[in-house]
Amino acid sequence: MQTEPVVAEKVFLYNKIMSKENDILNKIANEKYKYGFVSKFDSEKIQKGLNEDVIKIISKKRNEPGWLLTYRLNAFKKLQELKSPKWANITFEDIDLQSISYYSSIKKKKKYNSLKEVDPELLKTFKKLGISIEEQKRLTGVAMDVVVDSVSVATTFQKELKKLGIIFCPISEAIQKYPELVKKYLGSVVPVSDNYYATLNSAVFTDGSFCYIPSGVRCPMELSTYFRINEAGTGQFERTLVIADKGSYVSYLEGCTAPIREEHQLHAAVVELVALEKSEIKYSTVQNWYPGDKNGVGGIYNFVTKRGLCHKMAKISWTQIETGSAITWKYPSCVLKGDGSIGEFFSVAVTNNKQQADTGTKMIHLGKNTTSTIISKGICAGKSNGSYRGLVNIAKRAKNSRNFSQCDSLLMGDKCGAHTFPYFECKNNSSVIEHEATTSKISDEQLFYCQQRGISEESAIGLIVNGYCKDVLKKLPMEFAVEAQKLLEISLEGSVG
Amino acid sequence: MLEISKLSTKINDTKILKGINLSVKPGEIHAIMGPNGSGKSTLASVITGKDGHEVIDGNIKFLNEEIVGLSPEEIAHLGIFLSFQYPVEIPGVSLMTFMKACIDQRHEKLNMPAMPASEFIKKMKQACKSLNIDSNWLSRGVNNGFSGGEKKRNEIFQMLMLKPKLAILDETDSGLDVDALKIVSSGINMLRNKNNSFIIITHYERILNYVVPDFVHILSDGKIIHSGGADLAKKIETTGYSEIEK
Repeated sequence: MQTEPVVAEKVFLYNKIMSKENDILNKIANEKYKYGFVSKFDSEKIQKGLNEDVIKIISKKRNEPGWLLTYRLNAFKKLQELKSPKWANITFEDIDLQSISYYSSIKKKKKYNSLKEVDPELLKTFKKLGISIEEQKRLTGVAMDVVVDSVSVATTFQKELKKLGIIFCPISEAIQKYPELVKKYLGSVVPVSDNYYATLNSAVFTDGSFCYIPSGVRCPMELSTYFRINEAGTGQFERTLVIADKGSYVSYLEGCTAPIREEHQLHAAVVELVALEKSEIKYSTVQNWYPGDKNGVGGIYNFVTKRGLCHKMAKISWTQIETGSAITWKYPSCVLKGDGSIGEFFSVAVTNNKQQADTGTKMIHLGKNTTSTIISKGICAGKSNGSYRGLVNIAKRAKNSRNFSQCDSLLMGDKCGAHTFPYFECKNNSSVIEHEATTSKISDEQLFYCQQRGISEESAIGLIVNGYCKDVLKKLPMEFAVEAQKLLEISLEGSVG
Repeated sequence: MLEISKLSTKINDTKILKGINLSVKPGEIHAIMGPNGSGKSTLASVITGKDGHEVIDGNIKFLNEEIVGLSPEEIAHLGIFLSFQYPVEIPGVSLMTFMKACIDQRHEKLNMPAMPASEFIKKMKQACKSLNIDSNWLSRGVNNGFSGGEKKRNEIFQMLMLKPKLAILDETDSGLDVDALKIVSSGINMLRNKNNSFIIITHYERILNYVVPDFVHILSDGKIIHSGGADLAKKIETTGYSEIEK
């Protein structure tokens, strides 16, 4: 489908801002150098492994306050008591935490002088996604020229947020500038000892985003990691904290549709959302990390803990499009603590070749009259394995609560697997839980029908898959939805035949 | 326009068509009738290039081009349209999106300039109007939750949008009430001109009262056993196929 003019305009604006962002990025990268962070550790021989000293160095290097070092050390202590969970429907060799270098996440990205030096396969995909040359350069780390007129766009953007009192910055910056806020909420939703990967993240997290929306403010634009000022590439142990104060609203976009190649195998991010009374947070993710090759060699292991806490009458919506990574282990959840709060989870998870995904959500109903909705669409192709795993827990005091879950799986070919593991617990008798699940295949009849009308087989698959995911795609912000549709098609290329 | 000669096909090891000869010239309407299992739908599938049918003898030429072995979309781009006996549901894909994809891909393949959105929408609305279709159909999923009659009307709608040179209607009249049958027939008559041809596969002569064919062929056991004019259909209605098969 052709991009509507309005969308095109927005995308244009987007790209402009993004290209500017890179300049600022470069500046900040240079600044860092000025303070001697990078040079110091580059000159040091990088030692692998995880111990208290390493954590102290990370904390010191980032000039962190004492409480945060204590927080990290506490997490490290807890980590010793935890084991990597084995219940997920995925197979992989244990990751040796001692073989990872915890400095390397701060290393500089490889720089290219022009796009000609970048992997042509990657560029081909960029082209299919319709990503601008400027952004292609940014994503691949090509040095960019300064584009003067876009300075004003980025500045205007920042100014506007500031005027409204919205804080949107790297979490490392927030720790320095707004320590009270960070201290109050960090770990308040995902406790230090929550699970193995979250605990690891708490001990060694490097950077991520921080966002605070003041009481009664409606954030006028989609906050995106695109706009984040000083973050070259997403870190291996990313930490994100979003706080929506009373009656506020924010829509946050994470990730991007372009393929991202990283050398790190293990990624363990933590995202915490705090929705105070009557506020709303919409959190959308497009994850397209390197999935490994057709034979399952390489690829990212993505173990993510995402959770939101809803106070009275608050609402949190998670929307995710997961197409990348060799392994995805991810359950964006909502704790519906306040009465009348609402949790939503909309997910599309695509696996192809030898990818494995075990993903879903947890909806914990604690308050009265709480509502949750789960719509999960799994698409499995090649020799991949996709599982939906979800927990709906309605506590005794959560009277008159409701959940609706719909978990659909679409299979392509006969060598892939789709699984659904729904768990439901309801401890009162005034609440209602509804669950629907389907498993389907793209039929030869559907393909022939499309082909008879002149649509190629590959486009027909794209069309059918996008139709199947429509309920989720329409939840994405408009700018993302168009790209996400194309991404789905690309992810499934060559999956039939 | 369409020249089928000595066409024989099989599925796995079962012979279905056994030497079909059929010549359709521009502007002609051919009706193909015959009992269940005689090979009518197979003929439609083979012409449109559906997988699973093996042509063991003979050939099919469309506009002097051999089309056996072409992919279904290539055959479609040449201007052959099939109105399905059982139209398929594609949930979540609106009719609007679907038609746009059909037309865009065709224009691209045929090196024609893309159809402007305004023209596309205008055509959609016109087609809706002429078939008495509520325009909210356009935003519904393709055939999704449609009744049998609605699905058939949707096939004719797509036919009007794509304006094929040759339209094959596979039992489009089955399961239609009289009103729907009239609408479907008027759709066919609307497209009918001296350049377009139709093959109407049917069990009943009912539709042929509204769309008068130039030729009627009786298919039995994979062969055309009898050909004649419009009156042949009337005869079958009264005597049945068995009389002719003798």
